Amino acid sequence: MTSLVFYIFATILIFAAIRVVTVKNPVHASLFLVLAFFTSAGIWLLLEAEFLAITLVLVYVGAVMVLFLFVIMMLDIDHKTLREGFGRYFAIGSFVAVVVLLELYMVFKAKGSDLATTTAKAMAEDVPNTVALGKVLYTDYLYPFELAAMLLLVAMVAAITLTMRPRRSNKYQEPSKQVEVKASDRLKVLKMPAEKAE
Amino acid sequence: MIALADFLILGAVLFCISVAGIFINRKNILILLMCIELMLLSVNINFIAFSHFLGDIGGQVFVFFILTVAAAEAAIGLAILVVLFRNKRSINVTDISSMKG
Repeated sequence: MTSLVFYIFATILIFAAIRVVTVKNPVHASLFLVLAFFTSAGIWLLLEAEFLAITLVLVYVGAVMVLFLFVIMMLDIDHKTLREGFGRYFAIGSFVAVVVLLELYMVFKAKGSDLATTTAKAMAEDVPNTVALGKVLYTDYLYPFELAAMLLLVAMVAAITLTMRPRRSNKYQEPSKQVEVKASDRLKVLKMPAEKAE
Repeated sequence: MIALADFLILGAVLFCISVAGIFINRKNILILLMCIELMLLSVNINFIAFSHFLGDIGGQVFVFFILTVAAAEAAIGLAILVVLFRNKRSINVTDISSMKG
């Protein structure tokens, strides 16, 4: 039963990945990427990594892919010119991919390798996955965890400063200039000769 | 029962598809970013498979950090893309050659 679920999910995942790289419309590509993330979250559930599976759905499907969709729909892109040379690059791309895949397959199926026979070792049974992950994350990996938090902060600041531009049309007051202004800046006293009546 | 090799081969297939995708869509930065996300996903599948089969939770911690870095990378990458589109009115990779590198 488990292996059936695994093969179904793996097939859907590979199909979605192929569609991501071959589909014409970037909106469809990002939607297929959402499908790929969902199915791989299912595969991670099979591997008893519940916390990360939920995190993948929340962070990737909920945040990153929505960001992708926003950017795709915000930019007015001519998708026709971006697909020039598709056939030529398709040949060389699939050639490289097949070579890499064959090499990796030879490693995985090498004689003397115990990758095919390794059975899952039980983790500590009494604690759920989230608790176990939290225990190591806040003890052994505390400094990397804080570093990751800093990284997210830096990324947020960088993304905002990159895309923010001052609006020229906004009318606002600058109090320091208002305080420092002198009467001579605003008021000009003109001397005019008085007109004489005839 | 599913062997460790099956998960590793799934990760390898996914990685190869995204490598091919980088070749195929080499003009469209948006799809290139998506291919990088797919690559990171395949690496994460490997990490979680090893973590499950070796009974070591350290692999899942690494996946956690990879997810963090990937989210930061996607955010900054898309921000750069938006700025690039504002300045050049195009996201074609072949148009970005003003440095003549």
